[in-house]
Amino acid sequence: MIRHLGAGTRDEVLAVLDTVMDPEVPVLSVRELGIVRDVLVDDRDGVTVVVTPTYSGCPAIQVIERDILAALASAGFENAKVRTTYSPAWTTDWIPESAKAKLKAYGIAPPGAVADAGGLVQLMRARTAPACPYCDSTDTEIRSEFGSTACKSVCWCRSCRQPFEEFKAI
Amino acid sequence: MTSPASSVVPAPAPKPNALFEYLQRLGDDRLILGHRLSEWCGHGPILEEDIALANVALDLLGQASILLRMAGEIEGQGRDEDALAYFREAVDFRNCQLVELPKGDFGFTIARQFLFDVYDVVLLESLTKSSNAELAAIAAKSLKEARYHVRHSGEWMLKLGDGTDESHRRVQSALDYLWRFTAELFAMDDVDAELVQAGIAPDLAELKPKWESLVREVLDRATLTVPNDVPRLPRTRGGRTGAHTEHLGHLLAEMQIVARSHPGAKW
Repeated sequence: MIRHLGAGTRDEVLAVLDTVMDPEVPVLSVRELGIVRDVLVDDRDGVTVVVTPTYSGCPAIQVIERDILAALASAGFENAKVRTTYSPAWTTDWIPESAKAKLKAYGIAPPGAVADAGGLVQLMRARTAPACPYCDSTDTEIRSEFGSTACKSVCWCRSCRQPFEEFKAI
Repeated sequence: MTSPASSVVPAPAPKPNALFEYLQRLGDDRLILGHRLSEWCGHGPILEEDIALANVALDLLGQASILLRMAGEIEGQGRDEDALAYFREAVDFRNCQLVELPKGDFGFTIARQFLFDVYDVVLLESLTKSSNAELAAIAAKSLKEARYHVRHSGEWMLKLGDGTDESHRRVQSALDYLWRFTAELFAMDDVDAELVQAGIAPDLAELKPKWESLVREVLDRATLTVPNDVPRLPRTRGGRTGAHTEHLGHLLAEMQIVARSHPGAKW
């Protein structure tokens, strides 16, 4: 089935994108993560999804683009295109509270607000560890700023004695 | 016998596109340093650090890929980021010599990373105000990453400098060796001058005092001594014009061999 483009097309495309999950964090859609910046519908060019990468080197972005095109194709938008933009730069501030709750339920401490960048010494001052997503204790520590993917750090909960991941605020 | 033609002044060689040159400098610094960091993958002193260095390497490679793609588009000869990364010779690379030096021990890797990361933050902050909107956007994105890179390398400078006698000795000797290579980071040439004029790139000489005061602040806290010697530009004018140390060729041999053995391969 080939869809005809019309006034409702943009909403239809957005609904399809709500079903495309992030490959690394499969409880959040690419829209909830703020990766999808816009959907353009044009009689001549068809459907274009504008995306922005989370991290410059995030290897998932190629998978995400493929997943978006596949989902749109199976919904009848055969010739959709994906375009990448770098401005404005992606921030975890775009992740809505509802999505942060899903992250926590999945066992990943959600990102806090992005701190204003100060000088270098401020940058180096140890930041506060997030609350444990399992037991809500704040008796936690950051074990490493770098984790299994670019977007996560590795933490430890001293209360329930479990390691957990944090979605870094950036 | 003098033919009339020989008395004509030869036309000046076409000026290389300054922005193309500049994007290669930015891209190659990140590509080569990212490759050096990736050499730690599986060899880090502790698991967390292995992962950290691989993460920073990935950020730098991602930034390099974006910058070299833009460079290829500006050049307009149909070269993409892979063509530039895998099919240029060492003399065509524009990275500074600092990033191509072998990774050394962990102290050496961290000291080099710290000197570069501070430079990177200072440079990217300026580039976010570039009159070239695309470059400004890439800089704003990269700056977010550079900020946690410098937090990582800076914290290690404190731990190693103010750590054991052994860690202090190693990181100090790395600094003493690396200091001379920092001159190149702030050396201006015609390419920089042209882009400063156009509001595209910052004046590197103006960035230096800020870089140096940030570096000094951390070294002081780390009980490390700022080297006495004054860094001078190599007589060859260094990596920005394609004059590299012997180490770059060896690095490229390893980095480029798969792409060159199987051109156009996809996986």
